[in-house]
Amino acid sequence: MQQMTGARMVVEAMKRENVEVVFGYPGGAIMNVYDEIYKHRYFQHILTRHEQAAVHAADGYARATGKVGVAFVTSGPGFTNAVTGLATAYMDSIPIVVISGQVPMSMIGTDAFQEIDAVGISRPCTKHNFLVKDVKELPFILKEAFYLAKSGRPGPVHVDIPKDVTAQIGEFDYPQEMRLETYKPTYKGNMRQIKKAVEAIAKAKKPVFYLGGGIVRSGAYELVREFVSFTQIPAVETLMARGVLRYDDPMLLGMVGMHGTYAANMAMSEADLLIALGPRFDDRVTGKLSEFAKYAEIIHVDIDPSSIGKLVHVDYPIVGDLKNVLKEMIPLAKEKVDSARYENWREILKRYQELHPLSYEDSGEVLKPEWVIQRVGEKLKGRARISTDVGQHQMWTAQFYPFTRPEEFITSGGLGTMGFGFPAAMGVKRGVPDEIAINFSGDGSILMNIQELITAVEYRLPVINIVLNNHYLGMVRQWQTFFYDKRYAETDLSMQPDFVKVAESFGGIGYRVETKEEFDRALEEAISKNVVAIIDVIVDRYENVLPMVPAGGSLYNMLLEYKD
Amino acid sequence: MSERRVISVIVSNEHGVLTRITGLFAARGYNIETLTVAPIPDSKYSRLTIVTSGSPRVIEQIIKQLHKLIPVYKVIEHEELIEKEMVLAKIPLGERLADVEALCKAYNGSIVNVGKDGIIVMVADEPKRVKNFVHALSTFAPKEIIRGGVVAIER
Ligand SMILES: Cc1ncc(C[n+]2csc(CCOP(=O)(O)OP(=O)(O)O)c2C)c(N)n1
Ligand SMILES: [Mg+2]
Repeated sequence: MQQMTGARMVVEAMKRENVEVVFGYPGGAIMNVYDEIYKHRYFQHILTRHEQAAVHAADGYARATGKVGVAFVTSGPGFTNAVTGLATAYMDSIPIVVISGQVPMSMIGTDAFQEIDAVGISRPCTKHNFLVKDVKELPFILKEAFYLAKSGRPGPVHVDIPKDVTAQIGEFDYPQEMRLETYKPTYKGNMRQIKKAVEAIAKAKKPVFYLGGGIVRSGAYELVREFVSFTQIPAVETLMARGVLRYDDPMLLGMVGMHGTYAANMAMSEADLLIALGPRFDDRVTGKLSEFAKYAEIIHVDIDPSSIGKLVHVDYPIVGDLKNVLKEMIPLAKEKVDSARYENWREILKRYQELHPLSYEDSGEVLKPEWVIQRVGEKLKGRARISTDVGQHQMWTAQFYPFTRPEEFITSGGLGTMGFGFPAAMGVKRGVPDEIAINFSGDGSILMNIQELITAVEYRLPVINIVLNNHYLGMVRQWQTFFYDKRYAETDLSMQPDFVKVAESFGGIGYRVETKEEFDRALEEAISKNVVAIIDVIVDRYENVLPMVPAGGSLYNMLLEYKD
Repeated sequence: MSERRVISVIVSNEHGVLTRITGLFAARGYNIETLTVAPIPDSKYSRLTIVTSGSPRVIEQIIKQLHKLIPVYKVIEHEELIEKEMVLAKIPLGERLADVEALCKAYNGSIVNVGKDGIIVMVADEPKRVKNFVHALSTFAPKEIIRGGVVAIER
């Protein structure tokens, strides 16, 4: 067995885990590890300019590739900067490993320079965390961290390593396999429950597929597409499941929830059976719980038992990995389910779709954000990865972009983190370099990690940031318009930097556009130049995201239009 | 609809486990009435006995969330259980010793110490009976009463 320092073990473990890139930012407590990075060069290290961005980039990389994303940060402020990244990944079940330096063991608890109780802070926003107290534990913990991040319901894992532990010498016996007595996720669904669920589908008159992010994490989208296509049962997608079905799938009713389509929300409200595959019944989807799907029985398949029955009563709970469960379910359903049975139901929903399709009013005077998104879709559909920040532009992207596959749409759903989009897009670009990386952002959000322009330029990660610039914290402004009598408290962003100059000063390229022609030209040029870009698109200031279910309202009570 | 439940949790003996458990209760607004912890002899596990209360739905979530914690090996929802709780009390010397002794006997307890400013009594019994005992004790003007939290075992 090889003897080595704890710091060396960290880089050796990355090699064993086939880590090709680490996003990070050094500092005192983690310098031993950085010294080993310098010596060995097993992986590329990308120096972001803020720890939050390092974690978001690792997260975006993980979302786009399905691999574990990795970030390194130092103790104290380095770690606290990383916390938003951990929380973002936690809420969306994204597999990442974040390694932080810590003050030496002998100084822990003394309020030493740059000491913070990192595992105390990360506990509620990670799947699991470790404080490594002895170099002897380190190989096992590193292996366990990767194993936990990607197995079961994935999630972020945080490993806090005191500086003296990275200096200690120990044996590097890296486990080949991981088996933990206290952690055994259930992958295979209960066959009896699966049979009952299939029978419920065969008996239902108004079933709906309620597709969630679990499908993306499990890699089960092809099975889902098959299931939908032979049963001809209509489907709705959550924000996290966009792209599971192709945008042009005739069974797809669109996104469900607060900004879901009329047909999707009505389908949930009138269904007699929900076939919930990997969603978590988030309040942004269900609206008022007592009114949610109140005529429906519910089948819920999820790998996390605590997700099932957390918010609504579930009639057919199935704990297991979606891929396994669907492999069992589909052949049974092929025997039992007659797609003709749901013809009436499909007709009803088709009428709903025709009654209130997703729409917006285009204008000859000012660019509409929805047009911009559709336009990008027309040009890049299927060949670009789309990330977003948080706000109106995020919802419009979810509504109007023609998604063709999962892992195409990279967005912070659960935490709703402004500042996520750009660094995540860098991670995406690093993970899938052959595809175009677009980040739809807002004039508020883009400034929350704007420093990453320099990272993207330095490491040649040509992300195209399309800023849908409404000179507002638009989503908050919309709520103020609807629910606060237009008292626009602190949402006016008229005071703006010159985004063109900002991009240029970092070595990127900037465009400011106000017409369709200008937009087309800017997008084309940014793509062909293949450099980091900001396209500052001046859009209608007062456009609203519709439909809208007011928070706490019932899904079937949607605001469909807003007239001043 | 709130019901009292006794849950035993078997966890790995590692630092920080207790914080994970109490943190889970705190973050989700669950109730802890009593909590006892001790290592299980000859094993790498410890046993926590938690008395909590909530609606059946909340109890179900508590149990699922406990399961979800990585170092949790087992969660036992007690149905048929024997519960015991211990109580220690200090009573001033002036009180009628014989009466105190009789009371302790009635609850299978005893006087465990007689010091210069008081006597110390101990009782280990079912939580309900411990409550009654503590109530009865009040006539002797106890200076201090310390209850220990429930331990439970399945029948
Ligand atoms: C870090 C963070 N702070 C605050 C919020 C609350 N918030 C949600 S949307 C929004 C406005 C975003 O503005 P912008 O990025 O310009 O997007 P727009 O809604 O205008 O498209 C705010 C402030 C948030 N989601 N994240
Ligand atoms: Mg804005």
